[in-house]
Amino acid sequence: MSDEFGSHKDVSENLPSAHGAHSGDAVQHDPFANPGLPPHEYRRQDIDEKAAKHSERVVAGLFTLSMLGTIAFIACFVIFPVDKIVYIFPFGHVSALNFSLGLTLAVALLGIGVGAVHWARTLMSDEEIVDERHRADADDELRENIRQQWITGARESGFGRRKLIRTTMYGAMALVPLAGVVLLRDLGPLPEDKLFHTLWAKGKVLINSNTNKPLRPEDVVVGSLTFAQPEGLQESDEDFQQQIAKAALMIVRLKPEDIKDKREAQWGHEGIVAFSKICTHVGCPISLYEQQTHHVLCPCHQSTFDLSDGARVIFGPAGHPLPQLRISVNGDGNLVALGDFAVPVGPAFWERS
Amino acid sequence: MSTTTESPSSRQATHPGERIAEWTDGRLGLYKLAKSNLRKIFPDHWSFMLGEVCLYSFVILILTGVYLTLFFHPSMNEVVYHGPYAPLQGVRMSDAYASTMHISFEVRGGLLVRQIHHWAALIFIAGMIVHMMRVFFTGGFRKPREINWLFGWTLLFLGMFTGFTGYSLPDDLLSGTGVRFMEGAILSTPLVGTYLSMFLFGGEFPGHDFVSRFYSVHILLLPGLMAGLLTAHLILIFYHKHTQFPGAGKTEKNVVGTPLLPIYTAKAGGFFFLVFGVISAIAAMVTVNPIWTMGPYRPDQVSTGAQPDWYMGFSEGLIRVMPGWEIRLWGHTLVLGVFIPLMIFPLVLLAIAVYPFIESWVTGDKREHHILDRPRNRPVRTGFGVAWLTLYFVLLVGGGNDIWATHFHLSINAITWFVRIGFFVLPVLTYWITKRICLGLQRRDRDKVLHGRETGIIKRLPHGEFIEVHEPLSQQQLHVLTAHAQPAPIELGPAVDENGVARKTNPVEKLQARMSRNFYGEHSQIPKPTAEEYEEVLAGHGHHEEITSGSGSH
Repeated sequence: MSDEFGSHKDVSENLPSAHGAHSGDAVQHDPFANPGLPPHEYRRQDIDEKAAKHSERVVAGLFTLSMLGTIAFIACFVIFPVDKIVYIFPFGHVSALNFSLGLTLAVALLGIGVGAVHWARTLMSDEEIVDERHRADADDELRENIRQQWITGARESGFGRRKLIRTTMYGAMALVPLAGVVLLRDLGPLPEDKLFHTLWAKGKVLINSNTNKPLRPEDVVVGSLTFAQPEGLQESDEDFQQQIAKAALMIVRLKPEDIKDKREAQWGHEGIVAFSKICTHVGCPISLYEQQTHHVLCPCHQSTFDLSDGARVIFGPAGHPLPQLRISVNGDGNLVALGDFAVPVGPAFWERS
Repeated sequence: MSTTTESPSSRQATHPGERIAEWTDGRLGLYKLAKSNLRKIFPDHWSFMLGEVCLYSFVILILTGVYLTLFFHPSMNEVVYHGPYAPLQGVRMSDAYASTMHISFEVRGGLLVRQIHHWAALIFIAGMIVHMMRVFFTGGFRKPREINWLFGWTLLFLGMFTGFTGYSLPDDLLSGTGVRFMEGAILSTPLVGTYLSMFLFGGEFPGHDFVSRFYSVHILLLPGLMAGLLTAHLILIFYHKHTQFPGAGKTEKNVVGTPLLPIYTAKAGGFFFLVFGVISAIAAMVTVNPIWTMGPYRPDQVSTGAQPDWYMGFSEGLIRVMPGWEIRLWGHTLVLGVFIPLMIFPLVLLAIAVYPFIESWVTGDKREHHILDRPRNRPVRTGFGVAWLTLYFVLLVGGGNDIWATHFHLSINAITWFVRIGFFVLPVLTYWITKRICLGLQRRDRDKVLHGRETGIIKRLPHGEFIEVHEPLSQQQLHVLTAHAQPAPIELGPAVDENGVARKTNPVEKLQARMSRNFYGEHSQIPKPTAEEYEEVLAGHGHHEEITSGSGSH
C-alpha cells in the first residue's frame, strides 16, 4: 500500500500543473478514472527465505498440534468415564468427557484450519489475477438457432395442430396428482366432534393430579391452585396424552363474595371453581396463579384470565375465556363433575360456535 | 476431430494421480470441467466468508446428524426411564425422549455431537440471515443473480423449518410446548384448520405419530431439498463468477482476485476446519438445549420462560402481541388473533424475497451488475433493509417479552404495547433515519473527493488566516468514491400528447414513476462530483483555498 499511496500522492501533487499544461484536452481527461490494478507488493516471505522458513515451521507446527489434538481426543475418550462430573471454573460442574472431547476436537480442527489459512496467507502466491466475465445471455445468432430448433421440434410433435391430443393430455396430467392427494387421506381421522368433548362426564370424580387421590372440598384452601384430572385416567393409558391435553383442570377456592360472575358462582361449590387448564389462545397449560388478584397467567404468551370474573381475558392474545366445569360434591364428600365442559376447551377453531 | 483412434500418444501419465485424472477424463470429461474452474478467480473480502460459514455449518449438520440417527429412536412408544440420570428414574416418557437421554448420558461423545449439531443449526441460520443482509445491502442480488437470491432465500426458509422439526424431535417439555403452539396456530386456519391438525398429528394432539413424521421431514425431505438448492446456489456462484467491490482495476467486465487452486482452496478449506473447530469449542463449553432439565413432554405441564430457538422468535413475537380477535358468525369462529400472525409470518419473509424484482421494476434497471454497491449510495434500498431488520428485531423482542420483563424489571404490558406500536412506527422511523445517514455519508464522500481528506493539521497563512490542510485522495480512492452510477428517475412523459389531447397514463406507470422518483430523485441522492467541479476546485477558481495538495504538511 505504501508504494502505491506514495506514487498516487505524487500524481495528485502534480495534478494542478498537469491540468494547466493540458487545459486543452481537459474534457477527455477523467480525474476519477479507474487507475487499474495496483502493482503487486511482495511480502516478507516472498523475498526473505528466512521469513518463509519461519512461516513454514509455524504451519507445520499447527498441523502437528492438530495431530496431538486428535491423539488427545482418543485418549480422553478412553480415559474419562461417561458419567464423570468435574468442577471447572468458570463453567461449573461439567461432564469431564464432553468437555475434554469438545476441546481436544477443537484443537485438532483449529490446528488444520489455522495452519491452512496461514499457509495460504504467507507462502502461497498472493498475486491478484484478472479474469474476464461473460454475459449470461446468448448472441443473436445462437438465439435464432435455438428458436428454429424449438419450432422444428414443436412442429414435428404436432402439439399445436392436434388440439384433441393437447387437451386430453392436459386433463390427464391435471388428474393424475389426485391419486397422490387421495393417498394422504389416512394420515389421520376426520375431526368430527373430537375437539368438542373431553373425558369429563356427570358424576366423574375430580382426582388431584399430584396425589392421585379424590379431591375433597376441604383440601382446597383459599389462595391455592390445585390441578385435577378425571377419575379413571391413568398415565399408562394408551391415549393418556390426548385425554389430559383436553381434560386438565385447575381448581381454586375464592371467597364467595369475591366472585363477580353469577354463573361462575353457581357452577362452583362453596366458592370452589374449576376451569380448563388449557389456554384458549394456542393451548399451553396455564400454571401461574396470582392469589391476591385471582388472575392466572399462561407462561407461554402471557394471556391473563380473571378467575373471579368467569375467567375472562384481561390481557394478552387469548380470544375467549377459559371454559368452566360445573362441579358439586357427591355422597362420599368428593368433588365431582356435573357434566362435560359446555364449550370446547383449548384454542379456537373454525367449527367452534 | 472425429477420429476414432486411441487417446493421443503424447499423453504419458507417470504420476499415479495423473493416471487417475486421465482415467476420469476419458469417462467424465474432467479436464473440460477443470479448464474454466481450476484457476477460477475469487475476489477477497471478509464479508464473502459469511456464505461460507453457512455452507460449512450445513456440512457439519449433515455429518453430526447422520451420527445422531444411529442412536435416536423416532418413536412415541411409551417407556419408563431407568437410565443413569437419577431425577427422571421411573418417569414415563416417549422412546424419542429416552433415546435422546441415552445419547446425552450413555453414549460416549454423544452429548458433544448433539451439542455440535444444535449449535451448528443456530449458527447456520444466523449465518444465512447475515449473509443475506450482506447481499441485500450491497445489491448483490441484481441481475444476473436474482434466481440465486431466491435459492438462498428458500434455503433460509427451509432452514428455519428444518430447525423447528429438529428441535421438536426429542419430545421434551419445551419443544412439545412449541409443537402445541404450532397445533394451535394450525387450528386457527379457516375451514380446514381442524382437518389439517388431525392429518398432521394422526388424530388428536399430541397423538403417537408426530415425532416419526417430523423425523422423516427433518432428516430426509428438507435436507434433501436444501442439499439440492445448495448445489444449485454454488453452481450459480461459479457460473456468474463472484461479485466484487469497486476498486482499482475492478470493472463490470472482469473479476479480480486469487485463484481457486491453490489460494482459495487452502483458505476456504482451512475455514471449514475453523468453523468446525469453533463450534466444537462452543459445544464443549456452553450447554444448549439441556433436555434432561426440562423433562418429557406432557400436554398439561409447562415451564416458565419458554422460548423457541432464536430464529423462530419473530413468529413468537407476532403471536404474543397480536390482540385476541375472534369473530363469531353463523356458528363459526374466525380466529384472527392467531390466523393473522400465522399469515404475517411468511409475508415478513416474502417482503425481502421479492425485493430484487420490485427494485428492478421501479428503477427500470435491466443491466447486469457485478460491481457491488456501497450501501450509502442506495439510500432507499439501505433504508428498506434496515426497516426490515427493525421489524424483525422488534418482533424478536415481542417473542421474548417475558424474558425482557424479568431481566430488566419492566412491565410486560408496557413491552407488549411497545411492540404493538413499534411494529408500525419503528420500521418507518429507522427507514427515515437510515436514509438521512446515507445521504450524509454521500455528502461526506463528495467533500472528500473535492477537497481531500482532513489531515487535522492547522496551518496559518501569511495574512493570519488559519486553515486546515486537506490531503488529496489517491486515484484509487477517487475512483471508489465516484464509481457508482446515479441514474435519473423514470419520467412519466407529458400529460398531453402533441395534439394537446390529454394522454392516458396508466396508474401502474404512475406508481412506477413515483417510486422511481423516490429511489433516484433529488431527495435520494447527492449528486456526485463531476470532473469539471473537481478540476475547478483544483484550479482554485472562485473557491476558497482549501486544497493545498498537502504542501507544507510533510
